[in-house]
Amino acid sequence: MTASDVIIVGGGLHGLSGALHLARAGAKVTVLEGEFVGRHASGASAAGVRTLGRNTLEMPLAIQAMDMWHEISELVEDDCGFHAHGQLRVVETDAQIAAEAQRVSRLVDSGYSNEVIIGQDQIRQLVPGLNPKFIGGAYAADDGAADPHRTLIAFRATAIRAGVSIYEGAPVQAMKRDGENWTVQTKVGAFTAPKVVNAAGAWGARIAAMTGEIIPLSAKASMMMVTERLTETIRPVVSIVGRSLSFKQSSQGTLVLGGGIQGRYDLDSGRTAMDFHALAKGAAAAGELIPSVAGVRITRCWSGIEGKTEDLLPVICPGKAAGLFHIFGFSGHGFQLVPAAGAAIADMVITGVVPDVLLPFNADRLTTQGAVE
Amino acid sequence: MFKQLTDPGDPTFHVYIDGEAILARPGDTIAAILLRTPPYVARHTPVKETPRAPFCLMGVCFDCLATVDGITSVQTCMVEARPDMRIERPRGKVRVQP
Amino acid sequence: MKTEHDILIVGAGPAGMAAAVQLTELGLSPLVIDEQAMPGGQIWRATEGHRTGAVQQALGPEYAEGTDRVARFRASGVDYMPGTRLWHLEPGFQVFMSRNEAAFSRRYRAVLLATGAQERPMPIPGWTLPGVMTVGAAQILLKTSAQIPDAPVWVAGSGPLPLLYMRQLLSLGGQIAGYLDTTPSGQAGRIIPHAMAALRGRADLFKGLKWLRQLRAAGVPWLRGVRDVRAIGQEKMEKLRYTTSDEVMHEVPASLLLLHEGVVPSIHATLAMNCDHDWSDTQGCFVPCTDDIGMTSVSGLYLAGDGAGIGGALAAEAKGRIAGLGIAEFLGHGSVSSHLRQARASLDQALASRPVIDALYPPADVEIPDETIVCRCEELTAGDIRAAAEQHRGGPNQIKAYTRCGMGPCQGRQCGYTVNRILSEEYNQSRSETGFFRIRPPLKPVTLGELAALEEGQKAP
Repeated sequence: MTASDVIIVGGGLHGLSGALHLARAGAKVTVLEGEFVGRHASGASAAGVRTLGRNTLEMPLAIQAMDMWHEISELVEDDCGFHAHGQLRVVETDAQIAAEAQRVSRLVDSGYSNEVIIGQDQIRQLVPGLNPKFIGGAYAADDGAADPHRTLIAFRATAIRAGVSIYEGAPVQAMKRDGENWTVQTKVGAFTAPKVVNAAGAWGARIAAMTGEIIPLSAKASMMMVTERLTETIRPVVSIVGRSLSFKQSSQGTLVLGGGIQGRYDLDSGRTAMDFHALAKGAAAAGELIPSVAGVRITRCWSGIEGKTEDLLPVICPGKAAGLFHIFGFSGHGFQLVPAAGAAIADMVITGVVPDVLLPFNADRLTTQGAVE
Repeated sequence: MFKQLTDPGDPTFHVYIDGEAILARPGDTIAAILLRTPPYVARHTPVKETPRAPFCLMGVCFDCLATVDGITSVQTCMVEARPDMRIERPRGKVRVQP
Repeated sequence: MKTEHDILIVGAGPAGMAAAVQLTELGLSPLVIDEQAMPGGQIWRATEGHRTGAVQQALGPEYAEGTDRVARFRASGVDYMPGTRLWHLEPGFQVFMSRNEAAFSRRYRAVLLATGAQERPMPIPGWTLPGVMTVGAAQILLKTSAQIPDAPVWVAGSGPLPLLYMRQLLSLGGQIAGYLDTTPSGQAGRIIPHAMAALRGRADLFKGLKWLRQLRAAGVPWLRGVRDVRAIGQEKMEKLRYTTSDEVMHEVPASLLLLHEGVVPSIHATLAMNCDHDWSDTQGCFVPCTDDIGMTSVSGLYLAGDGAGIGGALAAEAKGRIAGLGIAEFLGHGSVSSHLRQARASLDQALASRPVIDALYPPADVEIPDETIVCRCEELTAGDIRAAAEQHRGGPNQIKAYTRCGMGPCQGRQCGYTVNRILSEEYNQSRSETGFFRIRPPLKPVTLGELAALEEGQKAP
């Protein structure tokens, strides 16, 4: 039986980030990953680094994370392919621009200055070939995007260098509390530690249930498309208000298109399937955003399974059982929060105190009081 | 690189490769014509702009990609030449026409 | 043409055409689609085209058979859509296709994949240079455009196809600079266990021996036990380098090199459908599992032809008939057992020499130097793959995620087997255990505009 100070269930980015911060604080950490690191949400991510349009309850954590992204090589000794060319959401009608202006003004009132409203000329400067029908939008200049696989490699390698042990092909089968320790039973053996962090993504509720705790959780299988490489340089990540489209160009020149259109998933097998009739809408939206991309070829499509809560906010809190902590349910927008969420959960695990940034993410809101507005 | 074995008097027509008129015959795929036309390449790759010629001629290598009548990244080994077809051999990444 | 069918046949080569004709004879009406503009697959490619008498003669009687088959196929009146590519298949079956830059989807109760095979990728240093092609490609050029090399050509590899092509080329006045035979030695020992099979398939074997004699008589330099073959050049191939069995390295000027090391079934569609596959040591490839009427492990999904296991045109036709009969039975069209008996007998005869051919030309598994490009699309080398394997110790999908190998338009058709081999060697595990890339749709690239118009495409492809 292998003993550590903290066991982390789940080898996705949140699990790795938590592991890294804990290891740097001196803890002996073991990560137990059911398949391989980044198999699900983290490996299927569009890797948008976004504060634009975030729920204000996430903003304190997102601001911390954004500061860390801008110096990410200090955390993981690699720039993760992060570029801060901004994120933009465009609108077509006056009513929509007015609604965006109101939203941004409320943000400013809450103390957040990450977004500004911009007009016709500026959106066209930012997005060459933009459809003339768009009249303006909200822009977060310090936002951007990273390379999802480089990010995974960097977090994993840095965690290992910091002394974290990572076991892959180690799905968790049972969890038992014995006095001061958890015993976590996996396919490759048993592991013990006084503290366990449940970072199991879409399977977070299943892990919680092993300890007798019920947390409502469903899942998403957002579909992504990637195209052949293009010469165009579209620097910001662009979305259309009211449409399911997230449009960005990678550093290789490929278009990476998402937006949350749902495919099908199966939690037991971990498999996903595309729904092309639904995805057609995403392809149509891309052609509406920048008409000249209609002739560009999609090379491959995929979808990854992510945990989803009813209010689309994550669950990051102590568990009901002693020495248990949850961090999952990022509902399709967890990537940007990774560096800071890991620091916050490490803090919580070490001190036992829930930091302010995490207060809105208690699981109780999903069960007793209902979802937060 | 290749030459055609044909009877005199066989029907011919022209296609245009990067603007140059090139003789073609019924049944020719565009890839076959590219392999008769110096410098015998279809494109330069999007990754490192290395020259590539059609390789498998049956649709499984994707090295014969060229622009045909304005449509980019066409597998030219699958397309039969027609009179006045315009073929452009791309260099590097796909250029999107605004 | 109807817009609704119960049965879809993908591929109008020997197997697809035979299945279509068989089904129409039973009173059923499938839809046949094929990427190419004309029926025939690869072996009977462009049989309907016009060519000189000399070229027709060189292509031989097996090719001429194709003209008859294609005529029969057309005469059957079966619904046939050329220029149509399959890009996604779902259980049920919902099938997504594109034609004339328009995508559409249809439902079928049974699907027959008769998409054939491809040449086994044979990566050597310099194989991406203009001037290096497959033997199959050279033969396709001969069939579609009566095109032959205009200078002496080098051929490297193993198997019956290089022999056939070289013979055809010589008969048309072409020149062969040399044949670098990479077949592993020790053939006699491998054939003896198959002596009985050899006897039954003797017509094929005599044919092969005749080709060998003709090539020898024509003075084609034949080099066996050759290793470390490389194409060298900057913008195109300029030199050929190889090392003979006496360890002498040779470098000669060369501008055209044809490669061939056998044929492997096209497995992307069956992998995408999560069909079971077995690893075949004799043929060095994954083969989709099928029962004796050609059904895969997915009910209602059938395979026929070389895509179900390499066997050649006559075997493909027999398998096509068998799958057609199997589909008829599956859809409740009564018993087909007498037809099946006949078709199976044809299949057995057609496959008689296969064990000997397999024994004569086992996969070579030559060493792949680090500088060899493995992923042609993303321009990654064997060294890149080995470094990633050492760093990440992951399977093909993780290596793909970390290096981009397999993410290009060919989706692993040119690199998948090489990655499988390199990883199997690095991790000292079986080829079967290492596995293949997870196949992501679309099976072939589709434009954003095509996909966007999917709903409209439903009305009229």
